Amino acid sequence: MGNVTGIGASILRKEDLRFITGRGNYVADIKLPGMTYAVFVRSPHAHAKLLGVDARAALAMPGVLAVLTGADMKADKVGGIPCGWGITGKDGLPMKEPPHPAMAYDKVRHVGDPIALVVAETVDLARLAADAVVVDYDVLPAVVGVLEALRPGAPAVFEDIPDNLCCDWEIGDRAATDAAFAGAAHVARISLVNNRLVGNPMEPRAAIAQYERSTDRTTLYSTSQFPHVVKLLMGNFVLGIPQHKLRVVAPDVGGGFGVKQFHYAEEAVVTWAARRLEVPVKWVSERSEGFVSDAQGRDHVTEAELALDETGKFLALRVSTLANMGGYLSTFGPNIPTNLYGPLLAGVYTTPAIYCEVKVVFTNTVPVDAYRGAGRPEATFVLERLVDVAAAEMGIDRVAIRRRNMIPTTAYPYQTPVMMEYDSGDPSGCLDRALAQADWDGFPARRAEAAKRGKYRGIGLATYVEACGLAPSRIAGRLGARGGLYESATVRVHATGDVTVLIGTHCHGQGHETTFAQIVSDKLGIPADKIEVVFGDTDKVQFGMGTYGSRSLSVGGSALAKSVDKVILKGRKIAAYMLEAGEPDIVFEDGKFSVTGTDRSLRFDEICLAAYIPHNYPLEVLEPGLEEQSFYDPVNFTFPGGAHVAEVEIDPDTGSVQLLSYVAVDDIGTVINPMIVAGQLHGGITQGAGQALCETAVYDDASGQLLSGSFMDYAMPRADIMPNMKIITHSTRCTHNDLGVKGCGEVGTIGSPATVINAVVDALSPLGITHVDMPAAPNRIWRLIQAARLPKAAE
Amino acid sequence: MQGFTYHRPASVADAVALLRSTGGTGIAGGMSLLPVMKHRLATPPALVDLSGVAALTGIAASGGTLSIGAMTRHVAVADSAVVAAAIPALASLAAGIGDPAVRNRGTIGGAIANADPAADYPAAILGLGATVVTDRREIAGDDFFTGLFTTALAPGELIVALRFPLPLAAAYAKFRSPASRYAVVGVFVARFADGVRVAVTGAAPSVFRVADMEAALAARFAPSAIAGIAIPPDGLNGDIHAEPAFRAHLVGVMAARAVAAASSVAA
Amino acid sequence: MELTLDINGRRIKADVPTDMLLVDLLRERLGLTGTHVGCDTSQCGACVVHVDGVSVKSCTMLAVAADGARVTSIEGLSGAGGKNSLHPMQIAFHENHGLQCGFCTPGMIMSAIDFAGRHAAPTEADVRHWLEGNMCRCTGYQNIVAAILAGTAAMHAAAATSSLEKV
Repeated sequence: MGNVTGIGASILRKEDLRFITGRGNYVADIKLPGMTYAVFVRSPHAHAKLLGVDARAALAMPGVLAVLTGADMKADKVGGIPCGWGITGKDGLPMKEPPHPAMAYDKVRHVGDPIALVVAETVDLARLAADAVVVDYDVLPAVVGVLEALRPGAPAVFEDIPDNLCCDWEIGDRAATDAAFAGAAHVARISLVNNRLVGNPMEPRAAIAQYERSTDRTTLYSTSQFPHVVKLLMGNFVLGIPQHKLRVVAPDVGGGFGVKQFHYAEEAVVTWAARRLEVPVKWVSERSEGFVSDAQGRDHVTEAELALDETGKFLALRVSTLANMGGYLSTFGPNIPTNLYGPLLAGVYTTPAIYCEVKVVFTNTVPVDAYRGAGRPEATFVLERLVDVAAAEMGIDRVAIRRRNMIPTTAYPYQTPVMMEYDSGDPSGCLDRALAQADWDGFPARRAEAAKRGKYRGIGLATYVEACGLAPSRIAGRLGARGGLYESATVRVHATGDVTVLIGTHCHGQGHETTFAQIVSDKLGIPADKIEVVFGDTDKVQFGMGTYGSRSLSVGGSALAKSVDKVILKGRKIAAYMLEAGEPDIVFEDGKFSVTGTDRSLRFDEICLAAYIPHNYPLEVLEPGLEEQSFYDPVNFTFPGGAHVAEVEIDPDTGSVQLLSYVAVDDIGTVINPMIVAGQLHGGITQGAGQALCETAVYDDASGQLLSGSFMDYAMPRADIMPNMKIITHSTRCTHNDLGVKGCGEVGTIGSPATVINAVVDALSPLGITHVDMPAAPNRIWRLIQAARLPKAAE
Repeated sequence: MQGFTYHRPASVADAVALLRSTGGTGIAGGMSLLPVMKHRLATPPALVDLSGVAALTGIAASGGTLSIGAMTRHVAVADSAVVAAAIPALASLAAGIGDPAVRNRGTIGGAIANADPAADYPAAILGLGATVVTDRREIAGDDFFTGLFTTALAPGELIVALRFPLPLAAAYAKFRSPASRYAVVGVFVARFADGVRVAVTGAAPSVFRVADMEAALAARFAPSAIAGIAIPPDGLNGDIHAEPAFRAHLVGVMAARAVAAASSVAA
Repeated sequence: MELTLDINGRRIKADVPTDMLLVDLLRERLGLTGTHVGCDTSQCGACVVHVDGVSVKSCTMLAVAADGARVTSIEGLSGAGGKNSLHPMQIAFHENHGLQCGFCTPGMIMSAIDFAGRHAAPTEADVRHWLEGNMCRCTGYQNIVAAILAGTAAMHAAAATSSLEKV
C-alpha cells in the first residue's frame, strides 16, 4: 500500500496491455461508417510555377468522389497554415513571413508540396485516380543548400524575398566577444555541418475528419502531439470553425519526436474536405510520402570560434550559423535554430562572452522544424567539438580543459551571457561519474589492443546542458511565441476514491499513463491502479499546449501536482469538519486524514464519499464534489544536463565505425520512474548515434529531389549497430517546481552526436584528422583516411 | 496495385502454359516483385504463383553436384544439412540475405531471375560456375546475367533448378549498405581443382568476374596474392552511400576476406 | 477471388481482390488492426505475422497467396491460461519495458516468437542480428533485446515443464 507505486518506483507500465495484444487505437485503425479515403497529389518538382490542375480523367474513374485543389481552397477562403513563433532580426524588424497555403495554388516550393486531394471509396481507387491527375508545371531552377540560397542571383523561393533570408538573428554581446577575441592567447576554429535528418517515427502520419450537419460539429482524428493547439490553430486561423464546434482527438500515437508537434496542411485539408463533402475522409501517409512531407530536422552550416587564454580558460565564443527553413515556415520552425540554439552556447562552462548570429534561410526543400532536441543538439555539437579542437591544438587534456571551465556547483543559480539562468546542476559530478563508469583512464590500453588488430579505437566525451520544460509564457512571448506555454491538469476524484486525471499534454510512448499516476499515487497515498490518466481528446480535456520540448513532466506534472495539492487542501477542510477538529490540526499522510496527537482519522476514500454525499459536510462554506483544476505557467526553463562517454572502433579497410560502448550520466532532477527514464535515454541516444553514424537526408543540388527518400536510402539505426548503453542519473533538484523535475525526453539526443563524433575524431587523430562531419559513414571515413595517408604535397 | 488475374498451377508445364497464355509474370517469394508492384512500377496482367509447384522445391547432392529447386526458400538453403556439407559458403550466403522474414519467403530462383545488381545469389551462381536449369534448356552461369535486372531468360521461360559443382573451398564476403542492407559489394570466391573463380555483386550494374584475381589466386590461394590488384572504378555503381572508387576499393577488401575465409574452411 | 484460411484458430472464407495484401485482409477486412504498416519498402517489420508457423511480412504477401494457410497475428497469441492470458513473450516485453509507443511492438513480438523457436540458447548478438528486419524508433532496442532473451528463456522453460507434465 502507500508509496509502493509512488515517485521513484520502477513500476511496470499501465498502458502496456493494449499495445502488447495489438489492441492499440492508432488513427489508421479507426473506421467510421461511410468513410472515404484520400490521397494527396504532390509536386514531383522542387520549384515550379503551378499553371493548372486537370482532374477530368481522375474524376471519371470509378469510385472517385472528388478532386480538390489549392485553387478550390483559395476560392473557399481557407486561411494559410500559421506560424506559431515570430522571431525578430538584428535590425529589430520581424522575420519575413510569407504565406503558407495548405495546398499550393500558384507555385510549388519543394518536392512533396501538396497540390490536390483525391477522395475515393477505397485507397487503391484514390491512388489510381491521383496518378491520373494531370498537373501543368513551369519548372524553375531549385536551390537546396543554405550557402547556395544566400548567393546573389540564387533562385528565390518567394518572389518578394529575393535573398531567401527569413531573418538575420543574433544573441549575445558582440562587442565584448570581439574584445575578448582580440586579447586571446589561442583561437580554435571549426567549420561544420549539422546534417539534415528525417524523424521517422514508426507510425506514419494520418488524419480522419468528419462533419455532422445535424450538430454542426466537426471532428478530426490526427496523429498529433498537441491536439488542443491544432484545434485552435486550424479552427481559428485556417478553417474558421468555432472552438466549441470542433473536436480534435489524438488517440494512441506511434511516436512523435517532434515530427508530429506541428499543425500540418494535411490536417486542414482533410478536415476541410470532410466538411465540404459531408462524408468522413481518411488519409494515411505512406512512408515515402512522409519523407517529403513530414517536417525535417537540423540542417545547419556553422563557423565557430573559441577564444582561450594561455591556460585554456575560455574567454569568448563566437558562432555564425546558416539554418535551413525549407520551403515554408512550419509551426515552430524559426524558433529552433535561434532561441533554442543560441542561448545554449554557454553549455556547462563559465565562458564570459558569447555572440551568436543565425541566418534563417528559405530553400526548395521540405520545411524544417523541431526534431528531438530541437536546437540543443546543434548547440552542444558546436560547443563540444570546439572544446575538443581547442584541447588538441593547445595540447591540453580534453577532460582537464572542461574541468578548468566548468561551472562550479556553488555558482548556481548561474546566469549565462546568453539569457538563460540555470537554476541548479552538478556538471562536474556528472563528469566524474561518467569517466569512472566508462573507465576513461583504462582507455589507452584498449586503444593499443585494438591497434594490434589493425583497428583505430577512440573514446569521446561530451558535457551538455539543455533548456527545456517549455516555457515561461512571458519569456516565450518576448522571444516571439504566439501562444502561451503553460499546462493544465484536472484531478477528478470519484465518489469511491478512484481518480481520473485529465491533462493537456499528450503521450506517444513516454509512459505518462504510468508516471503521472505515480505522482498522484505518491501524493494521495493510493495505489496507481486506482488512477486513470486521460489526454488527447479536446472534448474530454481542458486546453493544454501538448507535448514537446521535454515539458510534460516539468510543466504538466507541475500542474498535476498543484491540482492534487488543491484536492488535499479541500480534503483537509472536509476532514476537519467530519473529525470536529481545527484545520491546522489535520495531517494528511499515507492516504489518511488524522487529527494530530489522536488516533482519530478518516481514509481518503471516506472523504471522497462525503464530498459527493454531503450529509455530514460543511455545506455553508464548502461546495460538494472533489475535482480540482490547475493551469501552471513555469517560472523558468528547466536545465537538465550531463556527461556522456562513448567508445568506437574503426575498420580502416572499410571505413566502418562500430559503436562499442556508451555511458550516459544525466541530471534530470527528481526521477519519477527509473525504468521509463532509462528507456527515454536509450531511444534518444540511439537517435543521436543515428545522426552521428548513418542517418542523413540528401537532396540533389540541381533538381532538389530527395535522394534519401525511403528506408532503402535513409539509414535508420537497427539493433545491430547499438551496444548496450549504461544509463545513470545524477540528479540535482529543479529549484522552481515543487516536484523538482527537469525532464528527460530529449537529453539522449542532445548529448550523443558530439559524444560519438568526438570518439571518431579521437580514433582518427593519429592520422592527423581533426574533424569529421556527420554522418561518419563508411565512404566518408574511408576518404578521410585515404587523404590522411597520402604523402603531404609540397606547400 | 492494379488488377491482375492470379493463378497457382501445380506443375511446371501448367505454369509455363499460363505464362504464355496470360502474358503475365511468375511470382516466387514476392520479396522483389511485390514492392515494385506496390509502387505501380510494374503492372503485369497476371501473376502465376509458383509456390504450388512441388517439383520446384528441393535440395539434393549427388554425383559431385548440388541441385537446388528454384522455389527453395532462402531459409531452407541456410538450414540445410545437405548444403552445409556440400557448399557451406552457399548456406551462409543464404543465411545473410535480407532478414528472417524475407528469408522465409524469398527463393533462389526468384532472386536469380530478378538479377538485382545488389543481390547475393548471382555472385554465387557466377562464382561457382553453376548451371541454370530452365523448363526448356540449361544456361551456364557465365552466360546468364546480361545486364541491369536483365538475364538470358526468354519471356515466359521458367527457372526450374540451380545446379552447382562442388568446390574445394569457397566463401562469400559482403559489405552491406547501412540503409538497404543490400550488398554495396559482395565477393564470392571458389577454388576448384582446375582454377579459381571470383564473382562480384553490388559494385556494377550486373555481377561480374575478376580475371586478374582468378589468375593470381590459381597460382597462390592467399589474400596476399591479390593485394596489388586494383579494380578500376569506371562503370561501377555510385550512390549516396558508396561512390565508384569506394566500391572499387571494397572489391579488393571483400575478395581478400573471402579468400581468407575460404582458406580456413577444411576442403 | 475466394480464399479459405485459418486466422488465429478461426477458419474463415473471404472473397478478395487479387491485389489485396495479407496485411490489408487482416486490418481492413477482418478488423484485426494489431498488425501495423510502417513503411512501403518491406523493411520495417511492423507488419510481421506468422504464416504456417514462420515470420512473414504481411505487407509483402498477397492475401490470395495465404489460401489454405494458417495465419497467426498478434491478436491470436495467448498463454497457458487460455484465451485471456498472455503469451510468455508478451509478458517478457511488458516486464522488460520493451515497448514505448507500441507501434512496432506486435511485429517485434511475432518476430521474437519465431526467433525463440529457432534458438535454444541465444546470445544478445543473435537477437540483435535477428532484428535486422524490425525497426524501432522509441526504445533504442536495448530493452527489446532483454525482453526477447527473457521471453525465449520463458518459452523454453514452459515447453520443458509441459513436456515433463506429459510424461
